[in-house]
Amino acid sequence: MMALLIRDLRLAVRAGGGFGLGLAFFLIVTVLVPFAVGPQSDLLARIAPGVLWLGALLSCLLSLDRLLALDWEDGSLDLLATAPLPLEAVISIKALAHWIATGLPLVLAAPLLGVLLNLPLDGYLWLVVSLLLGTPALSVIGAFGAALTVGLKRGGLLLSLLVMPLYVPTLIFGAEAARRGAMGMGVETPLLMLAGISAGVIALMPFASAAVLRINLR
Amino acid sequence: MSLNVSDLCIARGGLPVLEGVNFTLHPGGALILRGPNGIGKTTLLRSIAGLQPPLGGAVRGGDDRIAYSAHSDGLKSALTVTENLQFWASVFGTRSIEAALAAFDLTALHDRPAGTLSAGQKRRLGLSRMLVTGRPIWVMDEPTVSLDQASVALFATAVQAHLASGGSALIATHIDLGLAAEVLDLGPYRAKPLALDDFDGAFL
Repeated sequence: MMALLIRDLRLAVRAGGGFGLGLAFFLIVTVLVPFAVGPQSDLLARIAPGVLWLGALLSCLLSLDRLLALDWEDGSLDLLATAPLPLEAVISIKALAHWIATGLPLVLAAPLLGVLLNLPLDGYLWLVVSLLLGTPALSVIGAFGAALTVGLKRGGLLLSLLVMPLYVPTLIFGAEAARRGAMGMGVETPLLMLAGISAGVIALMPFASAAVLRINLR
Repeated sequence: MSLNVSDLCIARGGLPVLEGVNFTLHPGGALILRGPNGIGKTTLLRSIAGLQPPLGGAVRGGDDRIAYSAHSDGLKSALTVTENLQFWASVFGTRSIEAALAAFDLTALHDRPAGTLSAGQKRRLGLSRMLVTGRPIWVMDEPTVSLDQASVALFATAVQAHLASGGSALIATHIDLGLAAEVLDLGPYRAKPLALDDFDGAFL
């Protein structure tokens, strides 16, 4: 299993791996929002947690179609399915690799980009905590979407449409926790809900993903 | 323990292609599958490898003992030859890849990215994966595509060594590998066309 994780991370940072794709998109969105909204720093401060969360979510979405499609195209998915690893483990590792290559850089970049959006000082800690709790769920749900659309040519559009509604609870509670944190209110309830969603999908989603992957490999 | 296929019926794209396939593959034995394009060789091999469920019949003795090699080699072009092979060796729990590299004459290419290899060299790397799986039953789909004569000889030698060590091989191919192997022609097992006189038939 470690071998698969190391291989996927190595592929992500090599040429053509798309390591910086999500991060660059996140940067573009958050840099452009202040230009679009205008120079009203109090308005920016109010929308900053939501914009940062939305940017992180869309950046995650952008890199999802590479999660399994590349392995499908070169045939290594078939070979992995006949290897001694259970498919549930394969899909979990792939989601973990996606999180390390995409989700974790977003979490680390978010406080820096918060400065551009005039995020209140109280908000930084809770923004990072909520992203840290929420982005693993985005990767795991995304892996399910990728497994659903794996055999399709240009499946990116369908993948986005399928995954979008599943992302909504994570976005609601994640952005709510960051917003409450920024306004100095209590964050326990949305953070607990967010952690619950993440724990739930990490525990259950790999089984669903492996089941649809088995059907798609036929 | 031998691989036993009994009364296997398989479908591709929802339509049955082969039915009543029976054979037994004993340790040390090789079986060559022949048949025209579209007869269902690949589908049969995928069913035996466990990638798709058969319509009927059973495959026994294959659980966790089959190494499957498909049309595509599953290589990552950004990784080197060693990294590609080392990955599969770790997945299958094998330590050394030196013997596999040497068997397919890849030692000199070991630090080249797989993307820069020629088609035949890629195929050799794909085939060397079979050696690091350490599994007794090789199920191979057209293994000699894009190989030159010398590489086909390397492949035949590798298969013979595998058979001599008690392994077995099931190979779909059109060329003569010079192996002392049984040949199974799939032509007689072609599934009969679906009867279209039932209600659903009108819509098929």
